Amino acid sequence: MTMAERQPKAGSWARDIAMVLGTYIPGFARPPARFVTEQGKPVHGIVAEFDNVVKVYHAAEKVRDAGFKRWDLYSPFPIHGVEEAMGFKRTSLPIFVAAIGFCGAGLGLLFQYWVSASAYPLVVQGKPFGAWEPFVPIMFELGVLPSAFAALFGMLMLNGLPRYHHPLLSREQFLRSSDDRFFICIEAEDPAFDAERIRSLLESAGAESVDLVEDDA
Amino acid sequence: MTRKAPDQISAERLAGQVSAAAVVHGDGTLIEDPAVYAPLVINDRKISDVTETVCGYAEQPAPMWWYAAITVSSLAALMAAIFIPYLIITGVGVWGLNNQVDWAWDITNFVFWIGIGHAGTLISAILCLLKQKWRTAVNRSAEAMTIFAVICAGIFPGIHVGRVWFAWMLFPIPNSNAIWPNFRSPLLWDVFAVSTYATVSLLFWYMGMIPDLATLRDRAQRRLLSGKQMPFLLLLPTGHTLHIKWINIDKIRAFVYGLLALGWRFSSRHWHRYEAAYLILAGISTPLVLSVHSIVSFDFATSVLPGWHTTIFPPYFVAGAIFGGFAMVLLLLIPFRALLPNFSDLLTLRHLENMAKILLVTGMMVGFAYGMEFFIAWYGGNEFEWKVFINNRANPAKAPYWWAYWTMITCNVLSPQLFWFRALRQNPWVIWLVSLAVTVGMWFERFVIIVTSLHRAWLPGEWHMFWPTWVDILTFVGSCGIFLTLFLLFAKFLPMFAMAEVKAVMPEADPHGDAGPSHGHDPVYAVEGGPGGPGGIHPGGHAEKKGDDHG
Repeated sequence: MTMAERQPKAGSWARDIAMVLGTYIPGFARPPARFVTEQGKPVHGIVAEFDNVVKVYHAAEKVRDAGFKRWDLYSPFPIHGVEEAMGFKRTSLPIFVAAIGFCGAGLGLLFQYWVSASAYPLVVQGKPFGAWEPFVPIMFELGVLPSAFAALFGMLMLNGLPRYHHPLLSREQFLRSSDDRFFICIEAEDPAFDAERIRSLLESAGAESVDLVEDDA
Repeated sequence: MTRKAPDQISAERLAGQVSAAAVVHGDGTLIEDPAVYAPLVINDRKISDVTETVCGYAEQPAPMWWYAAITVSSLAALMAAIFIPYLIITGVGVWGLNNQVDWAWDITNFVFWIGIGHAGTLISAILCLLKQKWRTAVNRSAEAMTIFAVICAGIFPGIHVGRVWFAWMLFPIPNSNAIWPNFRSPLLWDVFAVSTYATVSLLFWYMGMIPDLATLRDRAQRRLLSGKQMPFLLLLPTGHTLHIKWINIDKIRAFVYGLLALGWRFSSRHWHRYEAAYLILAGISTPLVLSVHSIVSFDFATSVLPGWHTTIFPPYFVAGAIFGGFAMVLLLLIPFRALLPNFSDLLTLRHLENMAKILLVTGMMVGFAYGMEFFIAWYGGNEFEWKVFINNRANPAKAPYWWAYWTMITCNVLSPQLFWFRALRQNPWVIWLVSLAVTVGMWFERFVIIVTSLHRAWLPGEWHMFWPTWVDILTFVGSCGIFLTLFLLFAKFLPMFAMAEVKAVMPEADPHGDAGPSHGHDPVYAVEGGPGGPGGIHPGGHAEKKGDDHG
């Protein structure tokens, strides 16, 4: 497993954007891989398998403390407290959803007001055309509806999903992450990527196996 | 009661003060000691067993009873396919409606079905916010039930308008007459509430299923990669199985489930946003579900009709919806629990008991509402309202629909009282029969509210009885058929349990515990020489100590 380092600019904004464009939009070429295998295949990263949640949790703490940034932990269920073990920030999804929700509710109120007071004023029990009170139920519903869409699709968007293929999903063993196995993958895009160091780190953390993942995307 | 530490209980048991059998009975989940959480998954199941069990329902050939059930239910659904077009072609006169009773079974069925849907949202959203871990055993099927019940509910307001081709005028769509709907009418609020509820429930259900669909995808993909594809077996009515060789079922599964799973790959960074999104959806669904049935009740409460014009309607309707919905969850899941292998490991007696307790509580709320309606009718001093309750509903000598009223009281108020007895609320047969009674009773509740209030107006000249025609009856049978058919299809093709959520509440999933692949039993609750029997009951094998915070 010898790797030739080609591109030293890992972690730069330009490289990240090019990577995203190349991954999601057909016709864009991704930047050449930083590392290749002996056969010349690009390297996605190094994946380690764990057989229980306690080991993988402590392994995640070690990887975090070793200063890696481009890595992930794969588990069949959300592990309680993994944010802390992996050291990442809280998601900004709630702010996004709240913004969409308040916009929906506000537009819902304006729309009802426009219809009832301007476009088609209808005398109902002699009440004022523009009274806001009867608009509350629909205003609420129109706040909830876009919020729900924003929560689901915002979550998918921030996760980079839907995605047709991922290099890890070609590995039969990795597919057990949806059953009862736990994996940590440190990506070659990490500026601190060093195969030998990562292998010894993950093995000392109690990994069952440590393997190189080729990027076949 | 002071909380005992597990080692104290252990010491007491060793000293002979507490017998092990007194602590654990039933399937091992009916632990009466409040210091100990009941295990959520029993029979020493590991995380991989959960995957195997739940995916097995979708992957193994359907059993014979499934074919029998779906034959019956789809024949019933055919009734809807015949009689809805018949209604549309002929006109609403084919129903038993008349000038006096212009809402009857149509709106009864609408409110009945929309109410049933609410238990799904309650279990997935409100119990999630309240951190009730036992909800993971039922939330997926309850959410599915919500979607299917809302589909059935949506049919009736659509077809009851008579000229169905004008149903689009319910929505605020610009049209050549420059007419807009009246935003001050609860009927329009209802359109928005129900359509928002249907959409949000669908999104919530689908988002919850993404990881489990990915599990089904990964299992099919693993079989393809290792060359051990499952054969495509079709059960014939003769009892033989037909092996169709040219269909590679795992390839179809990997493609269809793969498409629906959107490339989910169980990343922790994804899980983090997923949990945030789940919590947001739970947070917005909670007020949503309360608003939907409140708004449904406004359809009645904002009118001036005695029997409808009541301020108690919104909370009364919401409690009734939750009551009827939980009854339907139990009505559906208790047979599945008996028929599908290993179902009872995930849906334990404790889960059934919890839901029976909710039936008892909500049944009492509904009973209280019935009493308050009566009290206000008397206390309010409105003669017409009092006459509606006495002469049109309750008094068998005067009210022609007295049997509907007393069916409602018997089924909804009296039958759940059985659950005061521990032995009865822990018996699946009793729970099922009470759920059946409650489902019938909740249908009658809506019938009583709608028909008995309408059939006699202010002047005796306006009095008119309503009797259903066979079209009324068969359309309702048809909606039940649609509901059951959809639920059976769900049970066959989609994950019936939220696998990721069930796994997350198992002791093996605790990153701070000493869980390993071979986790040990808590010796405190092991019954030496106790009722083990076939299937190996390991009571308390997963019992968690209270106070351990692994959410």
